[in-house]
Amino acid sequence: MLNPQVKLSPDIFKEEIKKEPTRFGFGEGLVIAGDANPNVVVLCADITASTRCDAFRDKFPDRFFQMGIAEQNMAVVAVGLALSGKIPFISSYATFSPGRNWEQIRTFVAYSNANVNIAGAHAGISTGPDGATHQATEDLAIMRVLPNMRIFVPCDSLETKKATVAAAKIWGPDYIRFAREKTPIFTTEDTPFVPGKAEIFWESAKPKCAIIACGPLVYNALLAAKELEEEGIGTIVVNNHTLKPIDEKTIIDVAKRCRTVVTVEEHQVTGGLGGAVAEVLAKNLPTPMGFVGMQDTFGESGPFDQLIEKYGMGVGAIKEAVTKIVKKR
Amino acid sequence: MAESYDKKVKFLEEMANKIRQKIIETLLEAGSGHSASTLGSADIFTALYFYILNHDPKRPDMPERDRVVLSCGHYCPVQYVAMAFAGYFPIEELKTLRKLNSRLQGHPHYGVLPGIEATSGPLGSGLSQSIGMALAARMNREKHRIYCITSDGEQDEGNVWEAVMFAGKNRINNLTAILDRNNIQIDGYTENVMPLEPLRDKYEAFNWHVLEVDGHNIEAIIDAVNEAKAIYEKPTLIIAHTIPGKDVGFMECEFKYHGVPPTPEEAVLALKELRTLCGKIQED
Repeated sequence: MLNPQVKLSPDIFKEEIKKEPTRFGFGEGLVIAGDANPNVVVLCADITASTRCDAFRDKFPDRFFQMGIAEQNMAVVAVGLALSGKIPFISSYATFSPGRNWEQIRTFVAYSNANVNIAGAHAGISTGPDGATHQATEDLAIMRVLPNMRIFVPCDSLETKKATVAAAKIWGPDYIRFAREKTPIFTTEDTPFVPGKAEIFWESAKPKCAIIACGPLVYNALLAAKELEEEGIGTIVVNNHTLKPIDEKTIIDVAKRCRTVVTVEEHQVTGGLGGAVAEVLAKNLPTPMGFVGMQDTFGESGPFDQLIEKYGMGVGAIKEAVTKIVKKR
Repeated sequence: MAESYDKKVKFLEEMANKIRQKIIETLLEAGSGHSASTLGSADIFTALYFYILNHDPKRPDMPERDRVVLSCGHYCPVQYVAMAFAGYFPIEELKTLRKLNSRLQGHPHYGVLPGIEATSGPLGSGLSQSIGMALAARMNREKHRIYCITSDGEQDEGNVWEAVMFAGKNRINNLTAILDRNNIQIDGYTENVMPLEPLRDKYEAFNWHVLEVDGHNIEAIIDAVNEAKAIYEKPTLIIAHTIPGKDVGFMECEFKYHGVPPTPEEAVLALKELRTLCGKIQED
């Protein structure tokens, strides 16, 4: 059953649940952060409306910088601003930032430990019809490997807003990843969001598998958990919104209780959440694992929901992964 | 006034010579590093640290200080030596360059050595960092200036031109870039590896004010920097024409000395040349 303590939306399993792209929460979060602190500035690379920076731009025109289609310059100008006491957010599509400008982020943001917040929009395969060139499915891996970097993968628009506000307050480099397509808003204002603290969203009696998920796919994980429970397989679903530093304690705890783990992410299964959880468990509590995500392949054009099914990240695929792994208990 | 200024220039020229000698000693001790460009730009760094900058080596975090952003991080030995002579840290510490547990990293690391304003090494990004600092100063209505030291070879990097375009568009007038035009890079002469000329026209086309000076004439460098301060509508680029390896005859204009330190034998010869001003005066 749903964990009552995290106060998820009462509409969570209803057909009419409200949907909104996670990037909307980023736009709202920027304005809240900008109101709270005059040092917050925003840089965007020619996709201001798409990354939802337009509300900040309109409210704080003197604190918004149009960088043109120049992600490398954007990242390093942000470093200069940060070293001078500003709190910059840079935003573009994740394939370009932190994709194209990765070395600039590595050397000038991470190595300098500069207080730069990197927002990667259109991450995962949610970019749908645009095709694989615009679908970032490697961004978590390339950011997770960077020392000093903190990574948030919020699960819905509301949590993206909370993560954005939190990133502005936390000193040091942050990466926030969000998506293009509408996905359910299943958390509420009262759902806890503590950076670095994973939350248990679902817990069956006698759970046999811990489903550790991040991003909008947490919703699919919950749907899978509900159906699995009805079919007699109990699970725990963890919303692992902070990929780095990862909440080792919660991961070890749920792995100990369930004795099997399935990770769910809209990303390559190597290097992202699956890799991170596997590292934690290999060090502390070797546990049989299943990996739901992109299986070392690029995406393609198509409607978002059909891509999720084709690339094995739908509710059915999660259930299958759980059913398979619990046999190894 | 004129007399004291002349005295100051003489002091600066002597300081540049001292800095060149120390570069040779420091690179010899380090066992690796870049000889030609550090010797070639010694006059620029002397002018900056001993005349141009509003700074206080004893208060490296003074808010109103001018910022020096070294874009071509491999030039750092000349910056470290100038900083040590200016009093940022003990001259003895230069012996730790490129060694374990040193604050003097092979390429500068922001945050470990007070007075180093930015990380650099991977080329082509210093101008971007300088722009960020200049924008912050403008937003805060602060009067300090940002000096970006850049090299000609790194103009090959695409990131440079993104930054050049942005600075021109936004009229970043509190930024002065000084480009060490020494015509060499690792694989050869810049005009063979990847031609840059007409470099002046390129910057002017992006709405920059461009000055060209003899990069070994300290008075000319100072005059150009002062002129840049008076340009309100544009960022300024000072193209400083220099001789790589300057004042060490066998290194001058030889691209093979770009990325290597002197051998012990070469160091002896180089120091003798520098101490006698290429044989013009007796060695002490």
